[in-house]
Amino acid sequence: MNYFYLPLEEWTNDFVNDWLIPTLGPFFDAIGGMIGSLLEWINWILTVIPPEILTIIVVALAWYVAGKGVALFSLIGLLYLGSVDLWAEGMQTLAIIFVATFLSIVIGIPIGIWSAKSESVQRIVRPVLDFMQTLPSFVYLIPAILLFGLGGVPAVISTFVFATPPCVRLTNLGIRQVPGDVVEAARAFGSTSGQMLVKVQLPLALPTIMAGVNQTIMLALSMAVIAAMIGAPGLGSIVLSGISSVNVGLGLVGGLGIVVLAIILDRITQGLKPER
Amino acid sequence: MKKIEVRNLTKVFGPSPKKGVSLLKEGKSKDAILKESGNTVGVNQATFDVNAGEFFVIMGLSGSGKSTLIRLVNRLIDPTSGSVLIDGEDITKMNTKSLIETRRAKLGMVFQRFALLPHRTIQKNVEYGLEIQGIDTKEREEKAKEAIHAVGLAGYENSYPEELSGGMQQRVGLARALATDSDILLMDEAFSALDPLIRKDMQDELLELQDKLNKTILFITHDLDEALKLGDRIAIMKDGAIVQIGTSEEIMREPANDYVASFVQDVDRSKVLVAENVMKKPDVVTSSKDGPRVAVRRMKEKGISSIFVVDRGNVLKGLLTIEDAVKAVDLDLTLDKYLRQDYRIAKKDTPLEELIPVAAETNYPIAVVENERLRGIIVRVSILSGLGLGKEVTNHSDKQLDEATPIEDPKLGGDET
Repeated sequence: MNYFYLPLEEWTNDFVNDWLIPTLGPFFDAIGGMIGSLLEWINWILTVIPPEILTIIVVALAWYVAGKGVALFSLIGLLYLGSVDLWAEGMQTLAIIFVATFLSIVIGIPIGIWSAKSESVQRIVRPVLDFMQTLPSFVYLIPAILLFGLGGVPAVISTFVFATPPCVRLTNLGIRQVPGDVVEAARAFGSTSGQMLVKVQLPLALPTIMAGVNQTIMLALSMAVIAAMIGAPGLGSIVLSGISSVNVGLGLVGGLGIVVLAIILDRITQGLKPER
Repeated sequence: MKKIEVRNLTKVFGPSPKKGVSLLKEGKSKDAILKESGNTVGVNQATFDVNAGEFFVIMGLSGSGKSTLIRLVNRLIDPTSGSVLIDGEDITKMNTKSLIETRRAKLGMVFQRFALLPHRTIQKNVEYGLEIQGIDTKEREEKAKEAIHAVGLAGYENSYPEELSGGMQQRVGLARALATDSDILLMDEAFSALDPLIRKDMQDELLELQDKLNKTILFITHDLDEALKLGDRIAIMKDGAIVQIGTSEEIMREPANDYVASFVQDVDRSKVLVAENVMKKPDVVTSSKDGPRVAVRRMKEKGISSIFVVDRGNVLKGLLTIEDAVKAVDLDLTLDKYLRQDYRIAKKDTPLEELIPVAAETNYPIAVVENERLRGIIVRVSILSGLGLGKEVTNHSDKQLDEATPIEDPKLGGDET
């Protein structure tokens, strides 16, 4: 089938090495710097609070938004993290997830709103999201290393790439699902498009948008092990060293830690849905 | 004083609306334009005035363009051509800013499906129009309370729309439109989604309110009775065009054409309805497989005293009475011996007028027969209900009747969205 040779590999390498890094290098450095300090700051907060206090906070929050069962599970789960001596790693993973989710929300929700309001934006955004979700994550790990080096920052970036699509998609869907007659009524009374968004569309789309945020958090957690391959600290790196040393026990201990965090975050964010 | 002036207002949907407009000006019909250019005519060169304080009703069946027309008045839909003057200002030429100003200050609207904000309380729903105008909290709370009080919902301020019945939700819709104090109320089939008793109450209350408030109301409906009851003047629409404008009296006395006449004439239903419209699905006994015992049981089940007997092809064989069937059971004979032929038959298109004397003299149901096959039966009750309540006939129809084309009834316009 090789009627001609497509030098995609060479082109890509030339593009990245000869143009992208020299030209936009400082830009990426700046972004990397910002993400890096955000990451450090959150990590600092999570580690400076004594585990006991943080556990109490999480359990109380879980009780408040999701009930007794989830509170009990959170307590047991966090006790487990401490007992297998993975508290610090758990907090590192959480920090990466928080930063990545924060970026996903800050960038994803406005794009979702925009594509709900404009068909042409939606036509462009949709294939990009498909691409972000289906491209094997290893593929963008490589440029992430080139552009941001090793460690937490490229991990945040690749987690962001993988986890943002549901946030955009469900924001778009949520706004499009707002009943047409309600939007029409709001228009008839003289709403500007900003008032329409803030007072009608976003409140009515909120449950769907929250489902998107929840999905984003779940996807971010599922990237923990892959992100560890580019040097992200945390539970993922425990699992990774379990794999490389064929240490089943270590892999399970780290893996269970990720599951515990996933379930706690999932139940709490689901519980955050507005009452109306 | 003229409050709303609508001039040659036209809306054409489709690939080439401008072409549709020029075809309309040539006098082409809605169907011809659809065929020729693929454009759908929504509203065809509508022209009318609504005076200040007038209750103006636009009446038409579904698809007549009335819902489109009311949305052209506040430009929820942009017209293809023509103009709408609100207090002398042409809304079709306004920029976004003055359009929004006009909607806020002058045009309240009430919707068929209420269209309340489900995440807000009644109080907050009614406040909505004031809130987006930036009116301060205290003033808008007061105005909203007044409006809620005016529609009789005091005490429900903190409920949510879903907790209220349809009639109450529509009161909220009305209060929302009243709260902004706009001179004009646009009401799009406002009572059509409510059940008849509530609808009547709402009509009465709206008239009472109107006495006090003296708004300019543009009201859309598919129900002639509602139009006659509410409207100071009525416009009747067909295929996007207004065919007649006048007071109830004028429209009833001098209908502009047959179409209008067909609405308003106190139609003698017995001339319009045919057998097919009132017949019901018959209970039958099949001669080849069912015996007298089956016949007796079936009549007992249905509480009837006679039953038609057909063969497998549904060809009518005769009538069996309960007495004969019981005799047959006792003597252990087949049905054939007891079949009677002294029942009356009618065709599907026999007018009800001719069936009335027939129904009066026979003791059995009338068989509606087509090609010797039994299609339905008519009992006295169905003739009477057909005469009295045109609607009930189609509502009570069962399978047999559904295949029949229901008669054109002006009140059966159905919901239009």
